[in-house]
Amino acid sequence: MSSTAACSVERNLAVTYVITQPCIGNKDGSCLEVCPVGCIHTDETSEQYFIDPAECIDCSACVAACPVEAIMRAEDVPVAQLHFISLNAAFFAA
Amino acid sequence: MNQVPEIRALQVAIVGSGPAGYYVAGELLAALDEPVQIDVIDRLPTPWGLLRSGVAPDHQNIKSISRVFEKIGGDERLRFLGNVELGRDIHRQELLDRYDIVVYAVGAQSERRLGIPGEHLPGVHSAREFVGWYNGHPDHVDARFSLSGARAVVVGNGNVAVDVARILSLDHDALSVTDIADPALLALQSGGFDDVLVCGRRGPQHAAFTVPELRELGKLTDVRPVVQACELVGAEGDNAATKTKLELLHSYAALSDDPRARTLSLRFLLSPVAIHGTEHVTGVEFAVNELVTDDAGNVAVRASGRYETVPCELVLTAVGYRGAEIADVPFDPVSGIIPNVRGRVMSSMFTGEYCAGWIKRGPTGIIGTNKQCACETVTSIRADLEAGLIPRGPQADIAPLDELIRERGVELVDDDGWSRIDAHERAAGERDGRPRVKTVARRELLELASTTTAPSASIAERAVAVVSTDLPLSPERP
Repeated sequence: MSSTAACSVERNLAVTYVITQPCIGNKDGSCLEVCPVGCIHTDETSEQYFIDPAECIDCSACVAACPVEAIMRAEDVPVAQLHFISLNAAFFAA
Repeated sequence: MNQVPEIRALQVAIVGSGPAGYYVAGELLAALDEPVQIDVIDRLPTPWGLLRSGVAPDHQNIKSISRVFEKIGGDERLRFLGNVELGRDIHRQELLDRYDIVVYAVGAQSERRLGIPGEHLPGVHSAREFVGWYNGHPDHVDARFSLSGARAVVVGNGNVAVDVARILSLDHDALSVTDIADPALLALQSGGFDDVLVCGRRGPQHAAFTVPELRELGKLTDVRPVVQACELVGAEGDNAATKTKLELLHSYAALSDDPRARTLSLRFLLSPVAIHGTEHVTGVEFAVNELVTDDAGNVAVRASGRYETVPCELVLTAVGYRGAEIADVPFDPVSGIIPNVRGRVMSSMFTGEYCAGWIKRGPTGIIGTNKQCACETVTSIRADLEAGLIPRGPQADIAPLDELIRERGVELVDDDGWSRIDAHERAAGERDGRPRVKTVARRELLELASTTTAPSASIAERAVAVVSTDLPLSPERP
């Protein structure tokens, strides 16, 4: 049990996938259509979508669906775009 | 006479309670501006389709999608009617008589076969059967597999192939914290292969498995992924996912000195042409393929003329699921789907029938793909409602479906019945440190579902239920 429990806690705290620069101005929305749990959100003032780490089940459906390859695993985000991890966190902290 | 009849709720039947069925239900509940009543019908006593009986037990993150379906299923406008099979317990016309809209979301109930000599030898099984067995699907509760030896061969290069190979390779500790069916846990615990070989007929750049599934193979305890560098030569990806997969394959090809005892081999460009053995499978003969590029730059696979025979004790074929015809619902036997246009079932007249999921578009895609697919079907339904194509006469003066099927002696599993099964399985799981302990025998599922109301089953029935499920790891019987 311990390993299962640890996994789920880790999943809920860690950022799984991050939506980066190419989404800005695009907001294609294909990711929303395939996300099985509906964890991708935005609002009127935001220029991009964000992935709620508390809801995300780490299935990667959005990665393949994104037509502009904006979605990547947190550990794969290039240095120049690391601030998108903070932007993502800030969106859900609000 | 001139009274305007009160608008009654739109009556919808959804046949199949897997992801496609529940996403259709969720979309209808969210998108319709009018009162609606939805009956979700399933031939099993349990809902969720392949989320319960297809998704691998060590992928509990994916299984947690069930919370979305639980939320949809908890809507008071929706009823679950389990253990009811279209074509056996009810007929298509009986649905059409009672519902304004019928949506078929029955999935792909069959599988593609290899069509080669030896395919029917003992020791050769479809991955579908193996997956159903380890996930506790009642249809596969009695399946038996030979699960020890030097090698198992998995034919196919999709996520199902990778799933079954991983389940064959995982150690007991990894499996025992999942909701894998108890008979499978026991059988896998006492078995094991030195090598599990997964092979595809095309090149590594064509493999259908996805990045996370391939990445996971590099993280298995005590199992080393093996890739032959020579089979990667010249393979190039034309998109990010394929590039990532090729990078991972190259990294596995470089692992040769890794001391992990058992191996999981990924091989490419191998077409099985015969399965050898007399009493039981002893090996698979492959035609070795090569990739050729034509003048236009298209890459094709052709036989090289060379052959290779791989000894093995088990063969699992994972070359694709296939839709099966249900009752007298229109069906295209060539493509294995219900002929449809954006989810509208094509037949000679408009019947208010729709489809979604694998029976609509074929057995491809991931769970989320069915959400997209369901949205398209619901968009068609809304357009047809707005166009007045779905007549809304007075409620038919006939017995509702649940009454009809109860009259026929079918042991209907309703929402309460499923709740009882669910609570029992979760409680048993909690005792064992697992998400749930599945009840796998249909008879026992039906007993659990009816515990508070039905009189106890006959002694003979109980004996059958106990014999078929009497396993050391099972929870206490009531």
